[in-house]
Amino acid sequence: MTPFPDLAPAAPEIFLAVSALVLLMLGVFRGDTSTRLISYLTVGVLLIAVVLVLTGAGTKQITFSNLFIMDSFGAFMKVLVLLGSALSVLISIHYIEREQMKRIEFPVLMLLATIGMLMMVSANDLISLYVGLELQSLALYVIAAFRRDFAKSSEAGLKYFVLGALSSGMLLYGASLIYGFTGTTNFSMLASQFATHGQATGHAGIGLVVGLTFVAAGLAFKISAVPFHMWTPDVYEGAPTPVTAFFAVAPKVAAVALFVRLLIEPFGSMVDEWRQIIYFTALASMVLGSFAAIGQTNIKRLMAYSSIGHIGFALVGLAAGTELGVRGVMFYMAIYIFMNIGTFGVILCMRQNGRMVEEITDLAGLSKTHPMLALAMLIFMFSMAGIPPAAGFFAKLFVFQAAIEAHLYSLAVMGVLASVVGAYYYLRIIKVMYFDEPVEALDRTISGEVSLVIAGTSLFTLLFFFFPAPLLNGAAAAAASLFAAG
Amino acid sequence: MEIGLAHYLTVAAIVFTLGVFGIFLNRKNVIIILMSVELILLAVNINLVSFSVFLNDLVGQVFAMFILTVAAAEAAIGLAILVVYFRNRGTIAVDDINMMKG
Repeated sequence: MTPFPDLAPAAPEIFLAVSALVLLMLGVFRGDTSTRLISYLTVGVLLIAVVLVLTGAGTKQITFSNLFIMDSFGAFMKVLVLLGSALSVLISIHYIEREQMKRIEFPVLMLLATIGMLMMVSANDLISLYVGLELQSLALYVIAAFRRDFAKSSEAGLKYFVLGALSSGMLLYGASLIYGFTGTTNFSMLASQFATHGQATGHAGIGLVVGLTFVAAGLAFKISAVPFHMWTPDVYEGAPTPVTAFFAVAPKVAAVALFVRLLIEPFGSMVDEWRQIIYFTALASMVLGSFAAIGQTNIKRLMAYSSIGHIGFALVGLAAGTELGVRGVMFYMAIYIFMNIGTFGVILCMRQNGRMVEEITDLAGLSKTHPMLALAMLIFMFSMAGIPPAAGFFAKLFVFQAAIEAHLYSLAVMGVLASVVGAYYYLRIIKVMYFDEPVEALDRTISGEVSLVIAGTSLFTLLFFFFPAPLLNGAAAAAASLFAAG
Repeated sequence: MEIGLAHYLTVAAIVFTLGVFGIFLNRKNVIIILMSVELILLAVNINLVSFSVFLNDLVGQVFAMFILTVAAAEAAIGLAILVVYFRNRGTIAVDDINMMKG
């Protein structure tokens, strides 16, 4: 009989799973009036999970028959996912009360999706990868369609479901080919097999490369990288705004973490095969994200194209395939979640006469009616455009530095050019806020939670410049742990 | 003629391709898309089980069991979202899913 598995490395996941069930019971017994209480408890539970992750971090541990891995890389990414989820729940509290979405399932579903993301980050086997991915996706399909009486939201849910199911299918088909051509689904065993067979020097089997390509395509769907990005603008526009904020941060971070772990750990010796795919994807995402966003008038659609572009920049670091590159990716994702959550917080404040508005022109004259809100948005837009000293500049700096050191000069140059084009539409928002005359002022009432989140994230984005050391060292240690294992 | 691994893989590849084309070419009904998704997952299961038998290794069959379970949950959620959509729009034709232009 196999011995009882060591549960300690999975403590945050187990804690979250038990808490999700307890919160669901609490919600069922107390009814929808307790939504606010459950949302606060969800935030609390996520923050406790952050503490659990941090206390459990350190040496590499593998448990559950090699299905589950916990290392510094996983801990770093898990903290990002948990913070992204906690901030998303926080900014959704006021919104779901205003828009008749006040149902206790909403925070609980976000909690369940977060458990799936943590599973993805810690997956050490194609099976646990799939189960974590599906736990995340199934919860996300439901919250995309959560505004049941709103046609756009259900359409977003339907589109997300169909394309998500297709991407899972492609990922699985690739996984089945990898299993067939290697005889194992375990990441550690795949890595040692490639190392002993000298796949690094010779060319890998064609079946294996096809399998890897399918898996990469499936994951590219989840991080909405070009050419698998077409669902993103529609889903971002249709889904309720806090859900869009959640989609833009937590699942992206988890899927990027999974992508990095998969490519660096088991397939690290096949870097020449997968570098071409990542190179093309990164380049196409940066270019499309910059050019397609120019014509957008809806701010949520604009953010969708912006996130496609950001994923392209993050993938530049992965294309380098070096420790420096992985550090760049992790650092980029860390900065990305804070500036994105902040921007969505500002979008959540866009109400006229109690009704949500989403056009960029509705921001006109924001600097006169809401000077603080306009200032926060200014910081986020500068950061996204990559203008120093905002945090977004350093994020781009590190990925391009990694690309240069890996001799990917053309990719770095194209990336810089794409970010110049991207700067146009970020600066256009600033121009609309500061130089256009207000048509109709936005409402004055801004919920406490949202202003807290906006203040916190904008201060982080602005002042990051003065104390970059903790985040940089964390990312460096985490990247090192990934390469030490491989 | 001996039926070997290649035959199973060919069947799975054909079923997978049919599923993918079913999603993209069909302009009529969302239910057909849900059926196509099931076809894709079925192709994966054929692949996994035939590899499992060929390699004399149980992991493939375990994986297939997980896929079967998750596919059931996925179909349930897909149909639920479809019901919500139908209540809002009164149609489930693929051509009518166009409130937002992609």
